[in-house]
Amino acid sequence: MDLDTLLSFKWSVMAPEFIILGVATLLSVIDLFMKKESSRKPLAWLAGAGVLGALAAIFMQLDTEVTSILYDTYRLDSFSKAFKILLLLGTLLVLVLAASYKKEDIEENRGEFYYLLLSALLGAMMMASSADLITLFVGLELLSLASYIMAGLERRNKRSNESAFKYVVSGGIATAITLFGMSYVFGLTGETNLFLIAQNMQDPELLKHGFLLMFAFLITFAGLTFKIAAAPLHMWAPDVYEGAPVPVTAFLSVVSKTAGFVILLRFIIITFIAAPGIDSESLLLEVQPYVMILAAATMIIGNVTALRQRNIKRMFAYSSIAQAGYILVPFVSNSSLLFELIWFYLLAYLFMNIGAFTIIQVLTAQEKSNDISIFRGLFKRSPWLAVPMTFFLLSLAGIPITAGFVGKFGIFMGALGLEPAHYWLAAVMMATTLVSYVYYFNVIAVMFFRDGEGAKVAVPSGLAAVLAFCAVSTVILGVMPDLALDFFYGNFDINEFFMNIEAVDTHTHDH
Amino acid sequence: MNAWLLSILIFSPLLGVLVLMFVPSNDEKSIKWLGVLGTLFPLGIALVVLSAFKMGGEGLQLTEKFSWISYEVFQSKGQVSYPIFYEVGVNGLSMVLILLTAVVSVLAAIASFSIKQNWKSYFILFFLLEMGMLGVFAAQNLFLFFIFFEVTLIPMFFLIGRWGYLEKEKAAYSFLIYNGVGSAILLIVFVTLFMKTGTMNFEQLAYTFSLPQAELNQLFITKGFKMGMLIALLVAFAVKLPVFPLHSWMVRVHVQAPPAIVMIHSGILLKIGAYGVIVFGAGMFPDQFKSLAFIIGLFGVINLLYGAFLALTQTDVKRVLAYSSVSHMGIVLIGLAAGNESGMMGAVFQVVSHGLISALLFFLVGALYERSGSSELSAFGGVAKRMPILAGVFLAGGLASLGLPGMSGFISEFMAFLGLFEKMPVLAAVGTLGLILTAVYVLRAVLAITFGAEKELNETRDLSSSERVPAFVLLAAILFIGIYPAWLSDMLRPTLDAILLGLGG
Repeated sequence: MDLDTLLSFKWSVMAPEFIILGVATLLSVIDLFMKKESSRKPLAWLAGAGVLGALAAIFMQLDTEVTSILYDTYRLDSFSKAFKILLLLGTLLVLVLAASYKKEDIEENRGEFYYLLLSALLGAMMMASSADLITLFVGLELLSLASYIMAGLERRNKRSNESAFKYVVSGGIATAITLFGMSYVFGLTGETNLFLIAQNMQDPELLKHGFLLMFAFLITFAGLTFKIAAAPLHMWAPDVYEGAPVPVTAFLSVVSKTAGFVILLRFIIITFIAAPGIDSESLLLEVQPYVMILAAATMIIGNVTALRQRNIKRMFAYSSIAQAGYILVPFVSNSSLLFELIWFYLLAYLFMNIGAFTIIQVLTAQEKSNDISIFRGLFKRSPWLAVPMTFFLLSLAGIPITAGFVGKFGIFMGALGLEPAHYWLAAVMMATTLVSYVYYFNVIAVMFFRDGEGAKVAVPSGLAAVLAFCAVSTVILGVMPDLALDFFYGNFDINEFFMNIEAVDTHTHDH
Repeated sequence: MNAWLLSILIFSPLLGVLVLMFVPSNDEKSIKWLGVLGTLFPLGIALVVLSAFKMGGEGLQLTEKFSWISYEVFQSKGQVSYPIFYEVGVNGLSMVLILLTAVVSVLAAIASFSIKQNWKSYFILFFLLEMGMLGVFAAQNLFLFFIFFEVTLIPMFFLIGRWGYLEKEKAAYSFLIYNGVGSAILLIVFVTLFMKTGTMNFEQLAYTFSLPQAELNQLFITKGFKMGMLIALLVAFAVKLPVFPLHSWMVRVHVQAPPAIVMIHSGILLKIGAYGVIVFGAGMFPDQFKSLAFIIGLFGVINLLYGAFLALTQTDVKRVLAYSSVSHMGIVLIGLAAGNESGMMGAVFQVVSHGLISALLFFLVGALYERSGSSELSAFGGVAKRMPILAGVFLAGGLASLGLPGMSGFISEFMAFLGLFEKMPVLAAVGTLGLILTAVYVLRAVLAITFGAEKELNETRDLSSSERVPAFVLLAAILFIGIYPAWLSDMLRPTLDAILLGLGG
């Protein structure tokens, strides 16, 4: 690769990534030269400014046409823009949480936390823009490795150590599984570029290897369910969520999960869309039952196990598993609704979950406990915490006039709009939603029906701002979902997702 | 003005919420009076709506329609949009139910004077509940209906769970779960219909389903599909109504919830079930509804007899009334099953009449409970001597409940059975047994309380002036409908005629 080629790339399309990379580097350098005792709080604001800058860069790119650089490994299209906005927004809110996190243990590692967070974000953004197995995998690993360290950031906390350890081990296994599956895809098609893989999938020769293809799909899919904490690789979530500091938990449950869905969509949909099945012409159609079983199992495991949790962070871990199950449902709907449904649900999920974690962070810090009883009588003590928390829980449960309801409604549209409709999957989703009422409303009941002692809860101004923003967004998106949907339709043309731009052909023969 | 009238009505309870926000939460007196004022305001607007409503006019009136949410779907046929509108309107049936809601809400707000704590959050939830109920009856599409339907669930959950009696939380949960099952089924049905037809509007859906089968086949709508949808709808609304065997939650709620909330619950919320069966069941799937008529009638008779039998054996007056509600909802089913004009009319009359009567009776039981701290039948006796007005109104309410001519209960039972005797005489004959049982259990309960040996009560003060308002207003309404039913039937006729036309007589 000579200088001319390098200069010929339109580097401007990577502006958001460059900003994050630059700020992360800057943070690590500043952290290195800062006095050990001095507060790391300014670093949070710097990191926040970086994320805001990247967000601004994406908004400036909204009109850009599909561009592909670096030999088609990096790709800017509507899909990547739409999901990067979610990733950045989520990280921004997590940063505010982190800046207000009051734990002595984490204090000395604070600087580390901020640039690790940005690195993880960078990995996630790379995944959103990847058009190649290699970059996809590198992005995934960047996100994962940074997350492993962040989970263990409270060095003197045994639980935190345990969670980091469990996370690394199970994450490693998941990575191995994913890579194993990807190796089959590469072996069968001889390409690493997603679009070329898709092209080669139409090769009649592949018809002979239907079983191998099916195997590749199932293995990769299972491996990728790790990041979104869906069955079968969901077991890590409760321990890690419980042990990790609250901002990290929020990051894992929102940003990391979004990234997980990004890679699922990118990799699975593009590469397998043209793949032949064993008996019929389409692999994606043939594997539908398996994906449905995974989605159903995830919903059932998550919701039913959440019923028994007394620890609020564990309860949210299982709730998060359950939510992943809901978002898996659109994967079997095979309609163009797929992207907007997942995008909208993840947007709603971002607000309601980060909002809830903000309150959990405030309460666990004050009461020094993770038990649900810390919510006792919260309505009497601090109605301004109890009321937004109620909205977040209602939204997670999918009750109308909240964003969560509109998200679920959309998922139903996807599942029931087919011919034949997936009634049983919709029924499982509905039944498990009912189960979820019990544990979400239990928290509400504890807040409103029980009396509890305990002081008024003080909320730092940063957290109050996050809380207000999330609560307002949860309600506004519930009442006027068109605000988000119109933004989506107006700025993103999801057909671009499948558009195999000409550049692919011209560069293929170079390597 | 008329263009916005309905929306103003639906959201008018929010004004009460807004005002209450600025009142200190320990100012009991102002909060309670604002609570009543806050329900009088929607009642006033409801009366304005009534005056703007053209009596006997056909179809929808005062309609509003705005684009709200739109989903774009790319399919093989190209881009299809699935728009959801905000659309409200009233016909005779919903006008009647909106009036009932507004009236019962005011009276329940007055009855809420007995609430002992946390008045501010109580009334905020109360207003949200009223908004939900008004919206349910004004909504003209499935999505909006569902949203308002769910909006009634959440405040009810809190109102039962926080202000109820001893086992309030259990009652709140069983309310939530049972009704959650109902709304889960509803949502699946609604989304399926939406995806098949691309519309959520009641009239458009009814029109689509009335198309000839050949055209429907293109939309993948078979007869079996219609039947499946209807059965799912009936099950969902059977939870709400409630129909045996899905009624246990309702008895729990009636026993555990505070009296004012029970007035609302049995007076209006149960009626959403009947409204749903009429509008969605009979209105959208008339042919299928007709073929299920016998089963619906059978469930009606079972409800009637089962509720009456159990009411007969209860020792707690609240449980007597709860089972009496189960029994009386059977009459609604009977009228609907008949599927003719008198049957339909009887069903709707029963909806209104039972709304008033049960509100009155639960209000009086609440007043009795306040005086004695008990609702066991054995705790009372000879109330008529010490509290003549309370006992008198109670007796009158009881007589209305057992269907004494000249009161609203009579008209509804008479018409419902008249309808059923025409179509299914055997079933109707069995059903009349229920009427005898009703007379027995009502008299048993009422007489045990008002006459007999005098029992010691904590307090023997008769109805206070603030308690007399709801009691007398409800009694007057019951008598008014009993004596002059034409006022109600004129309002209802065009709407019911349209549904009957679909049912083919």
